[in-house]
Amino acid sequence: MTSIAAKNQQGQVQSLWKLISDESQPYHHILRMGFLAGITLLFLGLIGMLEAFNEREVIRDVVTLAQFVLFVPTFAAAYMAAQRIREEQSIGMVLVAATIIGLLSAIPTIVILLINTQVNIRDMFVHVNRDWLEIITFDNRNQLGLGIGLLLGSLGLAGLLGAVLQNLPQKIRRSVIFGLSLMLVIGVMSETVGLIMQEIFTDDFLDNFFKRDTLLLNSAIGLFVFGVALIWVPDKVRRSFVFGLVVAMVALGLRNLLLAIDSLTSIIPTSEEGFLDVFLYFLLPFVAGFAGRLYLEYGSRDSNKAKTDTKATTSTGRPIRVDLIVSIAILLVAPWIVGRALSDVMVTIGIFVLMGIGLNVAVGLAGLLDLGYVTNYAVGAYVLAVMTSTGPLGLFNSQEGVIVNFWMVIPVALLAAMLAGFVFAVPVLKMRGDYLAIATLGFGEIIGRLAVSDALAPIIGGAQGMSFIPKPELLGFTLKDPEQLYYIILVACAITLIVSIRLNNSRTGRQWMAIREDEDVASAMGINVAQAKLLAFTISAATGGVAGAIFAAKVGTVFPNSFSVIVSINVLSLIIVGGMGSNPGIVVGAIVLIGLPELLREFSDFRWLMYGALLIWMMNNRPDGLWPSQVRRRELIGDDSSPPADESPMMASE
Amino acid sequence: MSRYLDDFSLVDFTINALRVVIIVLVFWGAFNTLTLPADAGRITGEQWFDLFVAGLTQGSIYALIALGYTLVYGILLMINFAHGEIFMAGAFTTVFLATWMDKIGFLNGYPFVAIPLLIIFSGFISMIIAVLLERIAYRPLRGAPRLVPLITAIGASFFLQYTFRGLYGSGFKSYPTVDILKGSVAISGFSIPIARIFVFVSALVLMGGLYWLVERTKIGKAMRAVSEDKEVARLMGIDINFVIMFTFALGGLLAGAAGVINGLYRPQGVNFFMGFRPGIKAFTAAVLGGIGSVPGAMLGGLFLGVIEAIGPNLVMTGLGIPGPNQLQDVIAFTMLVLVLIFRPQGIIGERLTEKKA
Amino acid sequence: MKRFLFVLALLALMVGIATPVLAQECDDALGCVEIGEDDPIVIASMLTTSGATSFLGADSEGGIELAIAGWDGELLGHEIEWVKEDSLCSAEGGQTAAQRVAADESVLGVVGTNCSSAAAAALPIISEAGLVLISPSNTAPTLTNDDTEAGGVYQPGYFRTAHNDLFQGAIAAQFAYDVLGARSLATIHDGSPYADGLQDVMATTFAELGGEVVFQGAVNVGDTEMGAILTQIASDSPDVIYFPIFEPESNFIAAQSLDIDGLENTILMGADGSFVDSFPENTGDAAVGMYLSGPLVAGEAYDAFLELWDEEIGGVPPSGFHAHAFDATNILLDAIEAVAVETDDGGLSIGRQALRDAIAATTDFEGLTGTLTCQTEAPFIGDCATGEALAVFEITQAELDGNWPPPVAWQPGMDMDE
Repeated sequence: MTSIAAKNQQGQVQSLWKLISDESQPYHHILRMGFLAGITLLFLGLIGMLEAFNEREVIRDVVTLAQFVLFVPTFAAAYMAAQRIREEQSIGMVLVAATIIGLLSAIPTIVILLINTQVNIRDMFVHVNRDWLEIITFDNRNQLGLGIGLLLGSLGLAGLLGAVLQNLPQKIRRSVIFGLSLMLVIGVMSETVGLIMQEIFTDDFLDNFFKRDTLLLNSAIGLFVFGVALIWVPDKVRRSFVFGLVVAMVALGLRNLLLAIDSLTSIIPTSEEGFLDVFLYFLLPFVAGFAGRLYLEYGSRDSNKAKTDTKATTSTGRPIRVDLIVSIAILLVAPWIVGRALSDVMVTIGIFVLMGIGLNVAVGLAGLLDLGYVTNYAVGAYVLAVMTSTGPLGLFNSQEGVIVNFWMVIPVALLAAMLAGFVFAVPVLKMRGDYLAIATLGFGEIIGRLAVSDALAPIIGGAQGMSFIPKPELLGFTLKDPEQLYYIILVACAITLIVSIRLNNSRTGRQWMAIREDEDVASAMGINVAQAKLLAFTISAATGGVAGAIFAAKVGTVFPNSFSVIVSINVLSLIIVGGMGSNPGIVVGAIVLIGLPELLREFSDFRWLMYGALLIWMMNNRPDGLWPSQVRRRELIGDDSSPPADESPMMASE
Repeated sequence: MSRYLDDFSLVDFTINALRVVIIVLVFWGAFNTLTLPADAGRITGEQWFDLFVAGLTQGSIYALIALGYTLVYGILLMINFAHGEIFMAGAFTTVFLATWMDKIGFLNGYPFVAIPLLIIFSGFISMIIAVLLERIAYRPLRGAPRLVPLITAIGASFFLQYTFRGLYGSGFKSYPTVDILKGSVAISGFSIPIARIFVFVSALVLMGGLYWLVERTKIGKAMRAVSEDKEVARLMGIDINFVIMFTFALGGLLAGAAGVINGLYRPQGVNFFMGFRPGIKAFTAAVLGGIGSVPGAMLGGLFLGVIEAIGPNLVMTGLGIPGPNQLQDVIAFTMLVLVLIFRPQGIIGERLTEKKA
Repeated sequence: MKRFLFVLALLALMVGIATPVLAQECDDALGCVEIGEDDPIVIASMLTTSGATSFLGADSEGGIELAIAGWDGELLGHEIEWVKEDSLCSAEGGQTAAQRVAADESVLGVVGTNCSSAAAAALPIISEAGLVLISPSNTAPTLTNDDTEAGGVYQPGYFRTAHNDLFQGAIAAQFAYDVLGARSLATIHDGSPYADGLQDVMATTFAELGGEVVFQGAVNVGDTEMGAILTQIASDSPDVIYFPIFEPESNFIAAQSLDIDGLENTILMGADGSFVDSFPENTGDAAVGMYLSGPLVAGEAYDAFLELWDEEIGGVPPSGFHAHAFDATNILLDAIEAVAVETDDGGLSIGRQALRDAIAATTDFEGLTGTLTCQTEAPFIGDCATGEALAVFEITQAELDGNWPPPVAWQPGMDMDE
């Protein structure tokens, strides 16, 4: 590969050099992209990411995640560079440029590799070790020359491929990228996918596609082909297909739900071998959903016209209503589709959604930057712990019997959190902006310190925490597992969501928004600012208390280290990432920021690294969030009627 | 009477009551502590002095970090939450250089050359990180809503922590001990460890330098101009991007220097997480002093350091609270809230009394 | 419609591939794990690998890695596969990690957790799933006590190679009172259940022996300035300060104690949280003369272990529980080897209850942390490291210069006049 590139280079070398040396030329860009890709590659190696990802196979016995990640920076850099220069340059030049980017991107890594042969830099950079060497030299660490050659060649090829892909017709490009991403995502998330699949398919069946949570080659190719095909089929078919899958999921969930309830198990047919199950609860609903939706999508006869991929994607009324019903259905049976481990994650997401909705009242509506939301969470959790624990520190209950149960404490926890919110709000009412932020951050720290302190240990357990918190009971069922706790959190979220929407449109809500936009003007308009702020803090605190109580009941023990500043930061981040002031945004934000790190647990070392990178990337590219609220979107885009973007939103007024 | 009732505000009343309660508690606690019988664990005057000096020392390190917060805030009105990590970056990287210098005998052989070299190196590393951070993560966010840079900074904080954890590992390192910093000198009857004097003096020199830079030089003038009004500054021909980058560089430099100074004073505990708590404390100090104000950050840092060192023993012991040292943050943050109740703009924060922050 | 039929046919084909399972004969009370001929033997770990305590997780993971490497990655001809979960150092982290481990039916046993809080929340799930959980560093007495009246949270399947606080705290007290002749004691913890529990046992035992506990206080994780608490302690001038906490707070306390008047004659004592070979170097001169209680590590084998660590992982272990993790993994793998039954089709069948029993029956296991024997009686159910495997070490100048482990100053049963 290298030699071809070199030959190509020869003819063009002079004109190339001219282009590179001139900053105004696009080829200056090439040097930069090559350098950036190279630094990224080196960075991934030095922080140990390649090493860790090398243990994760995307396709069993074929390719590890590290081998994939190794080429991503180069590939992406070449792809982007090609996009930029292909208007002006001939295709040949573009390909040569991309290859050069590929070669350049190998250089920083090679430099460190060579330095490492002379000086031992391992004392400082712990990941410059055998594993890293083996990855980047393709197992030729003893023949360094060969290894470096391979690295150069393969990265050059990666660059070339990036440019080739860029030059393909748009639809082919899209479908290839989609197919590859689908394969990669399923490959990386195969543990999660496996957890869902094992709810219905037998292990032996799944072994044909996954081996110990890793994709097999055939299924990887299948996924790629499937991904490519999905881009090529008409929109309506694709939508129908997804719809069919969702319907199948609902059916599957219903079946598992009924199986889990002892008295209802007998009413549904199941079979030991699994074939009947797969047919009845997966295949049949899928086909029904797919066919039914196809029928709806295409209306009636005129299938010839519909087959041409028209841009008319606006659905008719009926599919939308059907979508809504199916969405609700899937929410209701979700834990029984995904199984216990993922239900646990869903409950955690729910707890954060609950807190997000609460904090949104303070931050999103009233513009009060609260960095101490963990206070309310802790209050709720400890109230539940103290009141229901059957351990030595339990106030009412003991091993002999439970007098006070979960349901009685929920309102108490709610009120206690509101009280805490009120009490902590009073001293900070007159503070603005960042002073408020640091004062509330301080409150969060104070609560954390008090929770762990010896001073309060006789009441709330200090460092040893509180144990023996009984699980909630309902109608004789103990809601012990995450699948059941999910319903509590679902109901709680639904209620708070409704309250939040009502508040948003109420007189109080408008007062808050006025304060958010300009406190002084609001005050001049006759709004009692202090009262409105107090109300915002107090209401905002309420859901935190409930979330804390549910958290304590879920975990069964309460330890002070669960209530650190990280909780406050997470809640704040999720409402911003989701889209300030937007309720669906909170859910999306919680799924991305709380759910994703949970699913990526096996990359524990890099979970927070990726979390940080994601926050930075998100804020730089989608500052209005993943799901911005309509009002705010209007503000940010800046309609003629609305003020410019950098003045109206969040807190710019203070 | 009715006029009086009209003016009566429950909020003001509660805040005033709170003020009184806290002050009474503080004085009562202090009184109890100081009047403890000598055999019941009373702390001598000399020990109080030691604690006070220790507080000042710790406080001057807080102040150096706090300056970075305050400089950036003054210009961009953003909380650079990742500033603690910039401190860590310098301190963590330099520990390797310091260990190597110690191994070849350079550190103890030529301490007056080696220590400034370490400080410069660390400042340089932190400066690079700070400038890169500004260039990559913050610059595209100019003019974005206030919370957007804050979240970015939080993300950057995580990113930097785990980057350095990846680079240098998760274990603890420590700085080598320098012989000339051992021992103590007697000043008018009190003995003060040399290491503390070193910290205090180097912090003063750095802060003095900064003050001179901001108040007396051309670039300092440009910084002040940009912090007053970016648009007008631009019209006056000031390169805004350069000034902002310079500000970040300056903050990074001070944080990196603080990293080494801290490392030579308290050699242990160098790891990827070491910046988080000092970061929050320094942020607190900056707000305490009046965020955006350079002298405010210095004063806030010293104040916070002293409060932390003396507060738990002075107040909590007297109130009979077990494990007082565990609660030093409670004291620090209560003080913060108290100061902000009295002076919502911080100790020296007159500039922000305008409706600007 | 053609496309539709095609999809239908494809799915039918997929289902057709699924072959019915034949249930294996298994008379184990908790069921068996069937391992096919080419399938790996799966063990899991639940450790704190992110956040401020991740040095603990990295430490234990290293121990596990080297243990598996010691088996050449193979057991009974099957590859050993190791599933890593991050349980953090918190209850919710432990619970989530446990749910995930429990969802994977091929997992046989788990090494973890690092923190007692994580274990308390994980244990019910792990136990119900029929798994075993062997902890390298949970020391809370409640974990091995099944008496709920006394706060015990023991569940079947729990074992540990870490030392129960009841052993370590008592030994520390005995050593301080009998050997050092101390009569007054101050303790410091750092708000972790580990340190708090350990200092509590130490203080109680010390008082029972007849000594006086003059100060019990705490610092926060992340504190660097220890002057305030040390000054407070100095005013009581105790004979011994016991601070069973982790690096770096333990470094700070030890190092700064030199600057405090009134502590010149006070002896410093730590525990296995600081039993790390970086401790003397990180602390400096103040470490000399300090005592640490810790596992009775075997000299030569341990040296070899450290050498291997440097080679395979790099540097030195970041905390003091890697040897415990190493032993925990070996106990688990030994037990799997002992109870695995070869099936007709060339695979293995492993009974879950049998595995628990085999671990519980571990006696005189020669590990890196001494000779281990798993107990079965409350309050030590599942405690594999007994007081016999503990010793008190004295840090001398040699350790400051790089020697590790330090010489044994005393171990239970040793004649006091020696």
